[in-house]
This record gives sequence, structure tokens and C-alpha cells, in this order.
Amino acid sequence: MRKGTLKQILLITDGCSNKGEDPAATAALANQQGITVNVIGILEDEHTEQPDGLQEVEDIAGSGGGVSQIVYKEMLSQTVQMVTKQAMTQTLQGFVNQELQHILGPGQTMEDLEPEKRGEVMEVVEDMGETSDLEVLVLVDTSASMHDKLETVKEALIDLSISLNARIGRNRFSIFRFPGKRKSIDKVFDWSPKLDAVSTVFPKLTSGGITPTGPAIREAVYQFGKKRLLRSVRNEADIDEARQ
Amino acid sequence: MKQTSTKQGSKLQPGAVITGKWHQHVYKIERQLGSGAIGFVYLTRRNGEPAALKISEKGTSLTLEVNVLQSLAKVQGNRLGPYLLDVDDWIAPDGRCYTFYVMEYVQGQAVQSFIERRGFEWVGVFLLQLLDDLDQLHEQGWVFGDLKTANLIVTAAPIRIRWVDVGGTTQIGRAIKEYTEFFDRGYWQMGSRKAEPGYDLFALAMVIINMAYPNRFEKGAQPKVTLIKNIQKASPLKTYETCLIKAVKGQYKTSREMKKDVVNAIDRQQKNKAPSSKQRQPNESRHLLVESGSIAMIALLYYLTSLILP
Repeated sequence: MRKGTLKQILLITDGCSNKGEDPAATAALANQQGITVNVIGILEDEHTEQPDGLQEVEDIAGSGGGVSQIVYKEMLSQTVQMVTKQAMTQTLQGFVNQELQHILGPGQTMEDLEPEKRGEVMEVVEDMGETSDLEVLVLVDTSASMHDKLETVKEALIDLSISLNARIGRNRFSIFRFPGKRKSIDKVFDWSPKLDAVSTVFPKLTSGGITPTGPAIREAVYQFGKKRLLRSVRNEADIDEARQ
Repeated sequence: MKQTSTKQGSKLQPGAVITGKWHQHVYKIERQLGSGAIGFVYLTRRNGEPAALKISEKGTSLTLEVNVLQSLAKVQGNRLGPYLLDVDDWIAPDGRCYTFYVMEYVQGQAVQSFIERRGFEWVGVFLLQLLDDLDQLHEQGWVFGDLKTANLIVTAAPIRIRWVDVGGTTQIGRAIKEYTEFFDRGYWQMGSRKAEPGYDLFALAMVIINMAYPNRFEKGAQPKVTLIKNIQKASPLKTYETCLIKAVKGQYKTSREMKKDVVNAIDRQQKNKAPSSKQRQPNESRHLLVESGSIAMIALLYYLTSLILP
């Protein structure tokens, strides 16, 4: 029997969107299609005042069913992993809560269980998190202000793939950047089980000043769908090979 | 799910009173003992005895920690984790629900300050003690994961090193749950983050290295080269040099293998030191040497008896 695949978009940005539709709305649509949207907002090193982008970061993750976190550059590696794993647990817990409602009746969640029993349920969630397959589409804001942060983003992503590949479940990653040259997003790194090959492509990324976050998320959701189609065309052996 | 709100959310002031929703136990907060990736730890009392209370908004992570503590408690004569006393929920005045657990309060001092005060010869003792504990833990199918200097304390009478935070403890074969960069072999590009005994042995070597380099060091462009060079450069680490290098290179598959090497290394050092120093050293420094030597012997003796006596 095949286990389900968790699908996530990981948006890494340092500012507000300023073009196209409301990113929170596109994130909500993504969530409707079973894709979780997580957002990491990177702060300037000496940014003391409350950044404007903060509320938007929370809104996108909120309506995208995911996790958000605002960080300084240095903390990025740890945060990327924490956010990804937390979102996995959150999604899985959502599934388990749905099942619990079937058993315990409507309105009942894990918190309505005694701590002892909750432990057993959490063990199931943890098992699922360890064994389920995961697909992460990383969406990197490459507008001018991100220029000096891209090296850190690259390291954080390589580190993420080290962490996730220690799991039993399989992983696939892809990286897109926005804004793209002609479209709202451009593919930087195609779906692959590991990210260590990104070193070569990453330093070259920088683009113009606009930040079309909303359209970028919409396009990212489409990329999940596209891959799905391609995959059904390919034969199974081919895919298994790619997973090794 | 914002970290900032989480941290403030479960932060309590001394004097605060927490009542369990399920078991109705009442805990009065005395002071904060520490804060970790998930939640805060406070000193409290249970039935008059001091106890530690860990509370977090992230109920799921805390529940997983409780699971680890419960399965470690099933190990007979366990010293592998603090004793679990209670698990419950607390409904805060603002209506939010926090999960907490209460465990045995292990009193001791930070390992770094202990070494500074009592001497580097204790490092060998602690290394052997930790290797024994890790061996037991691995036998049970667990890997400690987040082994680091800050997670270790030294208890008095008998002097023993203990770990205090089991938040990173992971079943063998899975992905390490929690780690700290300096102690993580993935960060040094010297291995995966899969939970296996070698992962802990790498972290253990880093703990020892950290004792010689209290301010740590950067990994640089070639992490592996930096690490090995720094092990070779530090004179306090001379005795353990070969063992530490083997451990960071992942050449030990079990704690026992490493322990054998460490015992031999300490043995060799004692033999080399004893005769030559007795004859050549002037009086004053001889006294010092004899003193430190005998302290080490007593410590070793202590340790050996603790092995014999359960």
C-alpha cells in the first residue's frame, strides 16, 4: 500500500508583495488543493523596528495552513528545518484529528484526550512524519534586496535536504525563484531527491525590484499539478530510480 | 505558531500557581531553571520535594518528550533520564491550553565550570561515564541526539555527569529530532543526521573538544580539516587525540569500542607520566602533580566502584 505524499510550498522572502493578487488568497487556494504554504521572512541584520512584511508573512502561512517564522539571516538553517517539520506535524495532526472526530464525535480534538492517551496518538503522528513522502517546492524571492542573503538561503536549503533525507520517507525538492524573467516564476532546480547540486546555480540569481508573491504562489501550485501529470506518463520504474 | 508568542506565552513569574486540568495537582513556581527550543523549565515542589516543571505551548513536542521519558523509565535501574512525576494540561487565565510535565529535579553544576574549578583530569572520568550511559541508551534502541555541553550537569556526592534534556532523543534509524550546530556531524559535513550510535559519539567528541575550546571555533571552508587540526592543536586533548579523531570520523560503531580505546589511552598516559615526573620535577610542581594525579586516581576509583555497586 502506498502512503500519502505531503506537499509543501516553502516561501522565503524579505519583503512585502507589491504586484498581482493578494498572496494570502492564493495561499488559501493552494491549501484547498492539499498544499501547505509555509513562509520564512528574513530580516536585515540590524533591523530593529517592526518590519512591514511581518503581518503579510503571518497571513500567507495562516491561510495556507502552514507555519511562519521571521528570522535573522544567521538563524535561517535551523528555522527552515523547524518550519518544514512543524508544518508536516501540523498537517498530519490535522488528518489524525479528523479521524479522531469520526471515533470520538464532532468537535473532539487531540487536546480533549487525556495526556496518557494523547501520547499514543502522537506516536502515530510521529511515525507518519518519519515515513511519509514529502514534496517541497521552495519559492525564493530574488528581488534586489535579497541579493546578499542568497548564499545563506542556499546553505539552509542544502542543510534542509540533509535533515529530511535522514528520514525513512522519500523526499523531492524543487526550487523556483520569483520574479521570473518573463513569467511570474522561473525554475531554478528541477524535482530531485537531494539539494546538494544547487551550489552551482544559486549565486547567479538576482532580478528586478518587484515582488509578485501572490502570482508566484499561484504558479507554484500549478507546478505541483504539472509534475503530477508528467509523473503519470512516466513508468513506475523510472520514478523509483529517481528516488534512490 | 510564531516563536516569539510561544516564548512569552508559557513564561511564568515566580509565585505563579498552576493547577493540572486532569490530575488536579497544584504547583507553585519558585524560579526559572532554563529555557529550550520548546518551552521553559521551572523549579517547583511536588509533595514537598523539589521538582522541575517543563511547560510549553507546543503540546505535541512536549508529548513526544514524555513518550521518551516513559520508555526510558522502563529500563531497569535507569539513570538515563529524569524520573517522570506527572503530565497534565494547564488552562491559563487567558483561556489558552498549555501542556506540562513534572520530573525529578536533578541538582548540579554546569560541566564547564566544574572542569575549570577542579581540573581537566575530570574530563577522562566524564568521558567514560557518558560512554557507559550512551551504551545503555543505544542498547535500548535510542540515540540521545542533542548531546551538548549545555545539556550536561555534574551532580555532587558521588560526582557524576548526567544529561538533563531528553528532547532530542530519537529512535535508532530515524531522523535526529533536535540538534545543535557545533555538535552536529551534518553541520561539519562529516555524516548524515540519521539516528545511529555514531551520531552520539561524534557529538560526545565535540563536547570534549568544547571543554578545551570554551569559545568553540568556526568551521571554515573545509570543516573536516579545521576540526581535525583543532583537535591536534589542543594540548589538553593530547591523551584522547586518537579516540576523538576516530569518533569524529565515524570509525566507532559502538560506545564500547570507543570506551576500550579511551581506557587504554588513559592507562598509557598514567604510565608515561608517573616515573619521569617523580624524579625530575622540582619540589613544588611535584606536589602539584602528585596532587592532581591522586585526584584523578580517586576519581577513577570512585567511578570503578560505582560500576561495581549498582
